[in-house]
Amino acid sequence: MTTALYSGSQLLIKALAELEVDYIFGYPGGSVLDIYDAIFQQDKVEHILVRHEQAATHMADGYTRATGKTGVVLATSGPGNTNCITGIATAYMDSIPMVVLAGQVPSQLIGDDAFQETDIIGCSRPIVKHSFNCRSVVELPNVLAKAFYLAETGRPGPVVIELPKDILVPTNTAPFELNKEVKIRSYNPNVKGHSKQIKKAVNTIINAERLVVYTGGGIILADASDKLTALVERLNAPTTNTLMGLGGLSGLHPNFLGMLGMHGSVEANKAMANADVILALGARFDDRVTNKVEKFCPNATIIHVDIDPTSISKTVNAHIPIVGLVDVVIDQLMAGLDEANHQYNEQAYADWWKQINQWRSLNSFSYETDENKIKPQQVVESIYKHTEGKAYVTSDVGQHQMFAAQYYPFDKPRQWINSGGLGTMGFGFPAAMGVKVAFPDADVVCVTGDGSIQMNIQELSTCLQYNLPVKIVSLNNRSLGMVRQWQDMIYGGRHSSSYMESLPDFVKLVESYGHVGIQVNHPSELDEAMERAFAMKDRLVFVDVLVDETEHVYPMQVRFGAVDDMWLKKGEKV
Amino acid sequence: MRRILSILLENEPGSLSRIVGLFSQRAYNIESLSVAQTDDASLSRITITTRGDDKVLEQITKQVNKLVDVIKVADLTERAHIEREMVLVKVLAMSDKTRTEVKRVADIFRGDIVDIGKQIYTIQLTGDESKTSAFIKILGHETEIIEVVRSGTVGIARGEKALRAS
Repeated sequence: MTTALYSGSQLLIKALAELEVDYIFGYPGGSVLDIYDAIFQQDKVEHILVRHEQAATHMADGYTRATGKTGVVLATSGPGNTNCITGIATAYMDSIPMVVLAGQVPSQLIGDDAFQETDIIGCSRPIVKHSFNCRSVVELPNVLAKAFYLAETGRPGPVVIELPKDILVPTNTAPFELNKEVKIRSYNPNVKGHSKQIKKAVNTIINAERLVVYTGGGIILADASDKLTALVERLNAPTTNTLMGLGGLSGLHPNFLGMLGMHGSVEANKAMANADVILALGARFDDRVTNKVEKFCPNATIIHVDIDPTSISKTVNAHIPIVGLVDVVIDQLMAGLDEANHQYNEQAYADWWKQINQWRSLNSFSYETDENKIKPQQVVESIYKHTEGKAYVTSDVGQHQMFAAQYYPFDKPRQWINSGGLGTMGFGFPAAMGVKVAFPDADVVCVTGDGSIQMNIQELSTCLQYNLPVKIVSLNNRSLGMVRQWQDMIYGGRHSSSYMESLPDFVKLVESYGHVGIQVNHPSELDEAMERAFAMKDRLVFVDVLVDETEHVYPMQVRFGAVDDMWLKKGEKV
Repeated sequence: MRRILSILLENEPGSLSRIVGLFSQRAYNIESLSVAQTDDASLSRITITTRGDDKVLEQITKQVNKLVDVIKVADLTERAHIEREMVLVKVLAMSDKTRTEVKRVADIFRGDIVDIGKQIYTIQLTGDESKTSAFIKILGHETEIIEVVRSGTVGIARGEKALRAS
């Protein structure tokens, strides 16, 4: 019997199918035409053709954030690869697993400045978890298996594989050898937290008088939401989520204090500032949370649980560091509480809750409505109402992102999808498309603005081709709202390049792409328009809402202040 | 504070650039760098001398450890260790007097003259960084230095302790 031989392109697709990949998001070009030919001749892995490679990376990313399955991107050498850079960086900053198949010129031409040659390994080096130069046909399936293993385990992240054309061509063949049991001697991420540290943490938690549980994207990535909820309920702990962690504890849960940080709730930031013990789970004390690090929670004992040792004591010093998978560590903490005979007590933290409820009564997310002008907050509330709080919501970056995070309480993890770390405008729409690919029957809404949406608007065409009826709601304030807000607050109201002159007629624009556009001008029309939009289940609807352009996002941390130094509204500090 | 980091990592294309890239990306400083494969050809050993306080060093060590290619990292300066650097110095040696002086200085430092030209001597010297620096400085008093090349520090822990893959 002779062993079957395959080209590198065939091996690649065969291995992807074996690794249970359903979709590739990509764009063809010279160096990867052999892969496209192999895709054409099979039906296990479906390819989705975007209109710009950046959108392919965000689509894969959105798909991953909603499903937990690693997204796969395919791009050609040179500009195809460099167009992926922003999407790779976005995934890297938010620890999203992704495998990028990067075409390359033939090995013999590498280094010659050949047509469409760039050193994609070098370009992407600071923004990947790891990268591979694949140099032979036979190793291709196992390199792919390694890439998935690295992308998904430990602290997840993007992995780039460079594929020179000479290993993809039909004349260069090898047998199919794939070992799914990957072992890498130099890579052994921690799983369990150190038992002594767990003991210390349990003791500290039990003796706390003013405990706050502060959780981030790690809870979402580890699917640890149920375990977190059980821990929070057992302790009766006040709990706050980061922007990346929303949905980790339900936004409707009585113990939830709202998001913390720059535009977080007053009660969340006040609770952090006054806590005696902070239990940080899968969060990384980002500067948009801490405000001035030197003033951050000086009196709290900090227990920091993270899978990545570099996240611990990077910005804020951790008193009890625990390195491990957050779901495993929560199990260990629960077991530790059992061992210490800790009992649930309805009265736990009674005084602390009393204090927190006083801060809550400030109602820091309240805003004033206007008879003639639509407030952006109202729009998000209307989306919530018309999706019954069950939609997948993606966002771009700016004021609308903060409004979405503040006014749409997320009941479930993976429901809220945004670029928290890198802050990538243009992320929201393709990310929503990726979610829709995974969940065709779910409501998927991209909350965006007139600035962000134009950064990947070409994907309206992809949506028509693949029937992806997402909803796009643009909080159109005819300006770059967050830039302008900072200019108002810090730069003496000088609106340098933050005014969007010459906006297109968005309704006509989406209609020309074969979709439905609705413009809303007046508060009285808002609910009816949303109802109409969400009733059209199988159409992409773009709702262009002309909102009050003077509205600012509040509350807001005072620059260089402590975590709880906040503007409650214009000119009013807490 | 000066530290010497020893890094054992996979001897693969790109692994050195990941280390160097990490240092520049995170604004850590590299004073010297030395790299070569070990007795096991699949492994490279890098020695980096750097500066930073305890907090910075902790981050550097963790960040280096996080790189997928890296097998082990050790801070040699934490305990007793041996460090060596090799220098090759080319100097003007025109007159008998200068030649004698250069030879004398080389002997005192236990350096070897490894090349002689009509007008030059090239001296090879091994020692820790303070010795090699002192040697270069003193040679400069005796004659004109034409060229200096330093290998960068390499180091190893004293006693039983060893940095190995397994």
